[in-house]
Amino acid sequence: MQPFSYSSPADPRVAMAEAAVPGAEVLAGGTDMMQLMKEGQRSPRHVVDINGLPYRGIAVTAEGIRIGALTRLSEAAEDQALRQGWPVVVEALEASASPQVRNLATMGGNLLQRTRCLYFRDWATPCNKRQPGSGCPALDGQNRNNAVFGGSDRCIATHASDLAVALVALDTLVLTEGPNGPRRLPLADLHRLPGDSPQVETVLQPGELITALVIPASAAARRSRYLKLRDRASFEWALVSAAAGIDLDTGGNIREARLAVGGVGTKPWRLPRIEQALIGARLSPEALRPVAELAGEGARPRNGNAFKVELMKRAIVRALLAAGEVT
Amino acid sequence: MSVAAIGQPVSRVDGPDKVRGTARYAADFTLPGLAHAAVVQATIPQGRITALDDSLARSAAGVIAVISHVNAPRLPYRPFQDRPLVDPQSGDQLRVFQADRVLFNGQPIAVVVAETLEQATLAATLLRVTYTPERAITQFDEARDLLKPPPASASKPTDLGWGDADAAFAVQPLRTDSSVRQPNEFHAAMEPHATVAAWDGDRLTLYDKTQWVDNDRDEIAHVFGIPPEHIRVISPFVGGAFGSALRTWPHVTVAALAARVAGRPVKLVLTRRELFSAVGYRPLTVQRVRLGADREGRLAALIQEASAQTSIYEDYSESVVDAPAMLYATANMRSAYRVVPMNVNSPCPMRAPGTATGVLALETAMDELAEAAGVDPIELRLRNYAETDPHKNLPFSSKSLRQCYALGAEAFGWTNRPPKPASRQEGSQLVGYGMATAVYHTNRAAASARATMLADGTALVQSAASDMGPGTYTAMTQVAAETLGLPVAAVRFELGDSELPKAPVHGGSMTMASVGSAVQAACLALRDKCRSLGGNAEGIEGYRALLGRHGLDRLSADGQAAPGDEARRFSMYAFGAVFAELRIDPELGTLRLPRLLGAYAAGRIVNPTIAHSQCIGGMVGGIGMALTEQGMWDPRFGRVMNASLADYLVPVNADVPKLDALFVEEQDPHVNPLGVKGLAEIALVGVAPAILNAVYNATGRRIRELPVTPDKLLL
Repeated sequence: MQPFSYSSPADPRVAMAEAAVPGAEVLAGGTDMMQLMKEGQRSPRHVVDINGLPYRGIAVTAEGIRIGALTRLSEAAEDQALRQGWPVVVEALEASASPQVRNLATMGGNLLQRTRCLYFRDWATPCNKRQPGSGCPALDGQNRNNAVFGGSDRCIATHASDLAVALVALDTLVLTEGPNGPRRLPLADLHRLPGDSPQVETVLQPGELITALVIPASAAARRSRYLKLRDRASFEWALVSAAAGIDLDTGGNIREARLAVGGVGTKPWRLPRIEQALIGARLSPEALRPVAELAGEGARPRNGNAFKVELMKRAIVRALLAAGEVT
Repeated sequence: MSVAAIGQPVSRVDGPDKVRGTARYAADFTLPGLAHAAVVQATIPQGRITALDDSLARSAAGVIAVISHVNAPRLPYRPFQDRPLVDPQSGDQLRVFQADRVLFNGQPIAVVVAETLEQATLAATLLRVTYTPERAITQFDEARDLLKPPPASASKPTDLGWGDADAAFAVQPLRTDSSVRQPNEFHAAMEPHATVAAWDGDRLTLYDKTQWVDNDRDEIAHVFGIPPEHIRVISPFVGGAFGSALRTWPHVTVAALAARVAGRPVKLVLTRRELFSAVGYRPLTVQRVRLGADREGRLAALIQEASAQTSIYEDYSESVVDAPAMLYATANMRSAYRVVPMNVNSPCPMRAPGTATGVLALETAMDELAEAAGVDPIELRLRNYAETDPHKNLPFSSKSLRQCYALGAEAFGWTNRPPKPASRQEGSQLVGYGMATAVYHTNRAAASARATMLADGTALVQSAASDMGPGTYTAMTQVAAETLGLPVAAVRFELGDSELPKAPVHGGSMTMASVGSAVQAACLALRDKCRSLGGNAEGIEGYRALLGRHGLDRLSADGQAAPGDEARRFSMYAFGAVFAELRIDPELGTLRLPRLLGAYAAGRIVNPTIAHSQCIGGMVGGIGMALTEQGMWDPRFGRVMNASLADYLVPVNADVPKLDALFVEEQDPHVNPLGVKGLAEIALVGVAPAILNAVYNATGRRIRELPVTPDKLLL
């Protein structure tokens, strides 16, 4: 580990100014960051610990629910309002990591966790995300956990967050503050596709901090479920996941749908076309399957992850059916 | 006074120390002036180091020494008269920093010693290494196909057989031909390998993670060309090893060498990622089994062939084809085990080495034969029950496998098994039952112990044994207490120090049989000594009075135990039967194991609580083998890519079902004085095939490559 200086400012403006200095990095829960620092994938010169900033807490507002960026995953998962109005978010949280990790990891930090691509994680191999221009061995290597959507010939690393999948399905807004003032941006716009520069993962500017998330309330948010499929029953990232929320009309058909998938995209992957196509659909496997079929369009599977395309379609159907059972 | 301690559910005597955090593992030891080491590993699988620039590392803060082949002292690596039992029996061990050659990705090529761990770790990243890469052997299938045929292992005889299995197979009415492939599996023990090395003149003390302090001392003595008596190895606690700490790996030499060059005590703790190439693993193995039987499923031919990876510098082989030679009665048998050298670090034994692998292929094949014969899998096994060892032509010292089948089937409710594959569905889930036989050989080796009665009437018993978790401390305390007629609380057992009476390797499920017998012998000798002083002193008060009467502050006796001719007269094995129930959602590929049960006949059970714990722990290892564990290999780099506990998946609690282990009471007067067979390995054997057979019962599909991940179950 490279030596670094450390500060824990209580004033957001100080934190932002310090974080804007090249070589500085922000520490929140640290559950991912500390591992990366220990192994040298990240080598900050200065660490700004933001845990002293006033970005913690949950409040129901006119817009929906506002969750401070430093709220711990476990706190959010226990929040009664969130459980009632946004169950897909709680289920995604409860399927994340382990209880110990959830007690420390933060809502904002979770969105910024780095990929689980094996080549990104192993310093001894090339990786365009870690060392721009060094190459992407995942393209033709061990790419079982890599993405089938949104990749480029430089990078097919999956965005690993479960929480982000649930949030992006529900039109979550990310609130930030930075040297250039506050911003509100849709979560869907926070992460960038890898393209030619996979090392740049978000649109956040130097010194810009996520302060809170706002999840709008909706009927589809209330009737929502998260389905996560993985190689072991707990403490493991998704092979494929699906976040589904639906609103039903009086006849029991879908009036409105929210749908996003995880484990398959280089960023949290929403499926707006499927959401449109679901309107009016009956909640039955037979009716949903043809619509889910559309989700495979544009998929670019590699040797090790081709199974994800079919598994994703099935997960979508199951998640939608499960959402229909929410009372 | 007689005290019944053997057979009692005594709580772990080392439990409180572990719970309080006062148990000291290798990396917990610290010494005045301690420096820290960080290893530099090669990043290519084959080639030469053409340049190694350590100038940046040397000038980094806190750096005391940088050692590589460029400047390392030449080490004698004195040849062994007899190779250590735990080393491969042919090939040459990897030498530390003695040449520019790279033989595998991850090979230690340098070490940095610094004042702090952080300084050493940082400086280790500052070495600039230039390689001339050479063509490496990193593809198992390609390497195997190039070897026509691949060599038999030079380390041990593996081509067994009798009759003419191929001819017999060709004419049988029922024939199965199945294959199974398993990836390399890593021990992934919680405690990392660590060594603290300290020289005092030409004397060396090692605080090390090892399953065999005596051999650790001998191996390092050979490397450095010094008398073994000049080395002391201390290893009171081992945080899981499963075989990875049997032999002495290069990092122990690295630590000792670093301490010598630095002139300071040095601590080296391997990182999780380093462990995947610094110590061994269960080798990738591919097997084919052909069974030929009459229409009732009675075997007439059994052919089992295996090929497994080894390194290019050592010939590691394991007893994969042992089980097919003894498990079933058949007139014709042929087995073959081939090794495929690759640019990898050497594999090594991992819990139930070879046997778990061989039984996996054999017991899934037997499931196929049961299907072909249209009989229940247990009935098929009973029809082929070996009353005597068909290979050695010896009677079994005891064999209660029939009772294991019966007890296990009854407790599990085997009769509820869906009679046809893919025939039971509950909601979205298919239900399947599977079973398999478990077996492991019963060995023992010469061991010694010392028992000392102290003036206060309590006893200290010692042997250079190890306790990597199975309960050596507790079980030996029980044996000593019962033999001396003392309460368990009045006996203290010490192990893990090469100054103590010699003990054999803590492996092969033979610690209880070997060290236990020596402890018993030492305690009997001590009791006799006490009796010869007069009276029939027993109990704390009796012993205290006796020693007091004679003005003694202590009274010691040594005991030895060694195998007799039992192995020439008997075939000795522990047996078991494993049962699994699972539920598969064929649409999503999810698999859940609600229940796993093993019934074991393993001689006398010294401590039912710890035996149960030992067994269910082994079952969890079997679940990992079946469902989650695999080294994800990239042949381009010759590297395991998932070298972390986040990416190498061992089962977590949520994967582990209701586990149970039952014991068939067995009295075996032949195996050893205690009548114990050992339980460590057998608990992992049979689990993976029971699960695979249950997968077939649930889905009608044979999975032929481990682990059974969701993508393989999608229907």
